[in-house]
Amino acid sequence: MTKTKKWYDYMWIISATYLILGFFNILFAWIGLLCFFIPLLLAIFGGDKIYCNRFCGRGQLFDLLGNKLHLSRKKNIPKFLRSKWFRYGFLTFFMLMFCNMLFTTYLVFTGTNSLKEVVTLLWTLRLPWHWANHSTTVTPWVAQFAFGFYSVMLTSTVLGLITMLLFQPRSWCVYCPMGTMTQLICKAKYAKEEAQHTCHVCTTCNSCNSCGNQRNCEVTYQTEEG
Amino acid sequence: MAKRKAVVLQNECVACGTCVKTCPLQTISIYKGMFAEIGSKCVGCGKCASVCPASVIMIEEVQA
Repeated sequence: MTKTKKWYDYMWIISATYLILGFFNILFAWIGLLCFFIPLLLAIFGGDKIYCNRFCGRGQLFDLLGNKLHLSRKKNIPKFLRSKWFRYGFLTFFMLMFCNMLFTTYLVFTGTNSLKEVVTLLWTLRLPWHWANHSTTVTPWVAQFAFGFYSVMLTSTVLGLITMLLFQPRSWCVYCPMGTMTQLICKAKYAKEEAQHTCHVCTTCNSCNSCGNQRNCEVTYQTEEG
Repeated sequence: MAKRKAVVLQNECVACGTCVKTCPLQTISIYKGMFAEIGSKCVGCGKCASVCPASVIMIEEVQA
């Protein structure tokens, strides 16, 4: 069965274009904020992960590279990488580094530090990137944020590419900080009603097990034999 | 032959939606952004299990 492609199946083009544009003019990095705000807003107000499920260009790009171009080994991801402590830990680390980047921008804003035309890969490698800075018309902090934000985007792409090669194409999705964050938002949003409903398939539980016995559910299901 | 069905370890699912895209019967959905949910049309083909980045989908035999 072939599914007809929808417009949102081509978001990978936007993701790829975004990364390429950063090589020519760093100010394009600001557009990447959309990848931060759209999933968050969709999770907060929509209450789902429709961004990950449908629109995420990065996920589609990894899918394309791993499946269509056969670049992925398609092996199971190691258990620790999908464990909760790693996912939440990576989210925390990522946010700390993000705040650090914001602080660097703030220091440039106040004039304490001068603009550094570097893209920091994997939080440590400082790559010269001066050729992408043509921003003589914008204030230095605007360019500094662009360099910082592009570093975040490039770093996560590189990590995603590595795990795409080693494990499943979309292995990045397992520890993607945005994915973890939007899932946490959804869990928090529905925590109350989930606690009230022991089972979302039926209103009262009659142990039919149609919701699956793996549910994180307080009711202990009984099989017909049991 | 016993019927087979995909089962999701919902507590460990990351709700990325890779399985939703790959299901030939389009019977998987993401429940409230929390985890994947296998629909009643599932025949246990195993495509979702093979693409799941978190490897949390298993194919299990079910009693008819």
